[in-house]
Amino acid sequence: MTLMTSAGRVPEVFGAARVDGDRPRPLLEVDQVTKVYPSEPPVTALRGVSFTVARGELVGFVGPSGSGKTTLLHLMGTLDRPSSGHVRVTGLDVEQLSDRELAALRATRIGFVFQQFFLAEHQSVLDNVADGLLYAGVPQAERRARALDALSMVGLEGRPHARPNQLSGGQRQRVAIARALVGSPAIVFADEPTGNLDQATGQAILGLFEDLHDLGVTIVVITHDRDIAARLGRRIEMLDGQIVFDSADKAAVSPMPAPRAHSSGKDHRP
Amino acid sequence: MTDTATLEVRKLRPSDLGRLSTVGLRTRKLRAGLSALGIAIGVAAIVAVLGLSSSASAGLLNEISSLGTNLLVVQNGQTRFGQTAELPKAAPAMIARINPVTSVEETGSVTGNAYRSPLIPTIDTNALSIATSSLGLLHTVGTTVAQGSYLNAATAREPVAVLGAAAAQRLGIDRVFPGERIWADNMWFYVAGILKPAVLAPAVDSSVLVGFPAAEHYLGFDGHPTTIYVRAQSGHVDAVDNLLGATANPQNPNEVDVSQPSAALVAQADAQGAFDDLFLGLGAVALLVGAVGVANIMIISVLERRSEIGLRRALGATKGHIRVQFLAEAVLLALLGGAFGVGIGVLATAVYASSRHELVVIPVLAWAGGIGAAILIGAVAGLWPALRAARMSPTQALWSM
Repeated sequence: MTLMTSAGRVPEVFGAARVDGDRPRPLLEVDQVTKVYPSEPPVTALRGVSFTVARGELVGFVGPSGSGKTTLLHLMGTLDRPSSGHVRVTGLDVEQLSDRELAALRATRIGFVFQQFFLAEHQSVLDNVADGLLYAGVPQAERRARALDALSMVGLEGRPHARPNQLSGGQRQRVAIARALVGSPAIVFADEPTGNLDQATGQAILGLFEDLHDLGVTIVVITHDRDIAARLGRRIEMLDGQIVFDSADKAAVSPMPAPRAHSSGKDHRP
Repeated sequence: MTDTATLEVRKLRPSDLGRLSTVGLRTRKLRAGLSALGIAIGVAAIVAVLGLSSSASAGLLNEISSLGTNLLVVQNGQTRFGQTAELPKAAPAMIARINPVTSVEETGSVTGNAYRSPLIPTIDTNALSIATSSLGLLHTVGTTVAQGSYLNAATAREPVAVLGAAAAQRLGIDRVFPGERIWADNMWFYVAGILKPAVLAPAVDSSVLVGFPAAEHYLGFDGHPTTIYVRAQSGHVDAVDNLLGATANPQNPNEVDVSQPSAALVAQADAQGAFDDLFLGLGAVALLVGAVGVANIMIISVLERRSEIGLRRALGATKGHIRVQFLAEAVLLALLGGAFGVGIGVLATAVYASSRHELVVIPVLAWAGGIGAAILIGAVAGLWPALRAARMSPTQALWSM
């Protein structure tokens, strides 16, 4: 697979080359974040979680059902707000932004990849990818041009006019990844990106993430699969709403059993 | 880097909004079509009702205006004791002296009935009357001879009759040939001609017309006119109208009835549309049902498309973007129904009106109102579903399926 664009250049994306001084500010800062869902009784999904993600990192969050991974994804992706603590994306504190500003933040600086792909079946692959720029105020012609570039980054430059239902599962997820990349976001969040794929296809998608990581894309993957997490550059393990292990912390020791030889299937959330 | 100024929410481009508003219609064509059908039926009913009644009256109004609206009719009224009054014999001549009057013609009713032959039972009068007529009548009441010729100074003295259009039909006479006769008041009258319908003077239609001298000589006519037809200059019709009573019968002006037949006919044409209200009401009910259908379909659509809404929020759509997308979809749905309904209504009007050889008239109010009502209905019906879609939290929309 080539990571060159159709124009034959490595795209100038994701601000990977930019480094502000010796100590760049982390791209994502999560500081003492707690999330309590107001039900009866209240459910505490996150209990004082803190970590940072730097530019260009490839991070995997792994943990069993109910460990708080998905809640954390909501908060990191600015789709929800923490009960206490701070989430800063590209230095902007979510707490201080209005809903409209958060939407603009997602439109310009955040990309999402979902387990179920969420592709529009009535649209071509190209237009599905181009829709990633729909709310960023980019004219349609330019959206399509950039969508072609993004498709070439995921190795689908040959089929821009196919419909999603003509593609395999792995190809569909590549389209979804291209849609997340098309706006050159500062950070990409992937929620169980291999959950609906077979083992081999899932591995290929992980290979794509690694290639994108080499290009400087910052990627955060949420998964329940420890095999997948083990392949990623940095592994953060979660349990009961807390971080129990971070591979970036040299002194840490994983409390979890070693990765199993094989794991697949969907994550069953409550 | 911490500047929030770059976090500017962009409005959807009109072309993008147009494309987004068709997503639901393109992906669920049958359902969209059926829900638009309700609106289409309502709009079609309203357009057809307004179109049909306009087409029906347009022909009549055209004819009236071509015949002129400056005809005034003076008739003998009633005395204060309830008996039929007489107009003075000099009334036509006196009316002719009013300055803006351009022509005056008279008819007088004669007792007696007209039959095809003496063998017809006397009871079968066919509601025909015999009337005397002055020689310039046709021009003044706005009709012409269909066959044969009208009375002239010579035939007005002889037992010669001219048949009004309805009179000829009821007598069973459709053409004039030499020697053709009818039996009027116990003697033969030769038929000289048949008239075309006189829209402004229906009394002439059902009359057998004879000349004044002949009527006095053969039929015992007393010489008093019963109806005087007056043409006035267009700008002075009302002024002449006010003078006619006193001029025609200076001694008893209140025993004279003055009317303007064109005004009565216009009122009649307008009144034809009166019971259209019922059908308009039915059309409005159909529109209401259509609106409920659109609201229903939009609510279902919002529920079904949770993941799409969630995805769009994740891609950076604001609540406003979601709201305007679903609102535009509802308006578009109703607009398609409305446009289709206007088409059906126009088609129905055209087919029906041309089958009756009427002008096809679709009032602007009908089609523009139909489209406008459809847009309004779409906006109202789509508002709540759109608000509901916008309120949906992105996390619930994406992760609660």
